[in-house]
Amino acid sequence: MAQGLMNGKRGLIMGLANNRSIAWGIAKALGSQGAELAFSYQGEALKRRVEPLAAELGSNFLVECDVADDAAVDKTFAEIESRWGKLDFLVHAIGFSNKEELEGRYIDTSAENFALTMNISVYSFTAVAKRAEKLMSPGGSLLTLTYYGSDKYVPNYNVMGVAKAALEASVRYLAVDMGKNGIRVNAISAGAIKTLAASGISGLRDMLHWQEANAPLRRNVSIDDVGGSALYLLSDLASGVTGEIHYVDAGYNIVGMKLLDAEAAPQE
Amino acid sequence: MSDIADRVRKIVVEHLNVDAEKVTEKASFIDDLGADSLDQVELVMAFEEEFSVEIPDDAAESIQTFGDAVAFLTKAVG
Repeated sequence: MAQGLMNGKRGLIMGLANNRSIAWGIAKALGSQGAELAFSYQGEALKRRVEPLAAELGSNFLVECDVADDAAVDKTFAEIESRWGKLDFLVHAIGFSNKEELEGRYIDTSAENFALTMNISVYSFTAVAKRAEKLMSPGGSLLTLTYYGSDKYVPNYNVMGVAKAALEASVRYLAVDMGKNGIRVNAISAGAIKTLAASGISGLRDMLHWQEANAPLRRNVSIDDVGGSALYLLSDLASGVTGEIHYVDAGYNIVGMKLLDAEAAPQE
Repeated sequence: MSDIADRVRKIVVEHLNVDAEKVTEKASFIDDLGADSLDQVELVMAFEEEFSVEIPDDAAESIQTFGDAVAFLTKAVG
């Protein structure tokens, strides 16, 4: 086998949906560097999609996991323990909110969907970190995905922005808790990418146009851009990095005013 | 058969893994071609990419059959 940054490392990818998923960009980058991968999925519709992608990277290790169900999460990690006995890294690419509340006013969020969004998009990372910790040795690394809508207002992102803010805060608290054992916890804040999940956000196209016109690199980011940065954060190259929110957004987050050469978004 | 219809058919056949003959004008992605709701979203994304067009959510919801997709894209591209 070719020498790779991830040779001998085993990790779980949670939240792969299809070949447009950010998790796919990350999995490909890890696989190309010799990582051995397991994939968790929720439900048959997603299993059907994940199976061929996992096979493409030489993996047949698929586990079902509904992160809203504590017992199911326990079972997932029990399966990893029995098959691998250890875990070196984990990628959490999971979030959910009712589509109807990803438009209009944030103030109209229901208590029910607020709790659901926080549970699936925020608490699940803490829940899996707790289980992963038991299987990890010093050098272990966890990564989750967030978005700039946590930090600044982004139209329609609404309750998801509030959830991402909480997710980023939990990255910092987990980094301290797990840092004692030499385990690192980071997040990538990726620019908007047209994924299956993002297609639930109203006005995604406007986000993409605005970002392309106003980012320092004058382009949007790809799942492979995110994959490269994720590989760094999950590998020993980032051995001194924890608790970070790392932007992979063509630089968009540093801009304070619309660029003077930005073209107006095309009218529909 | 228009070029647009051929390109749409190719995407549908590849994505849903169905025989080209089954992809008729009236064929519903979900009822006749075995698509699930995620396939429906993925097909629309594939159409957008193939034809470099943007399909708004409400239009996407109205694209239920092969014929619907060809009609929408013919109008959008033309």
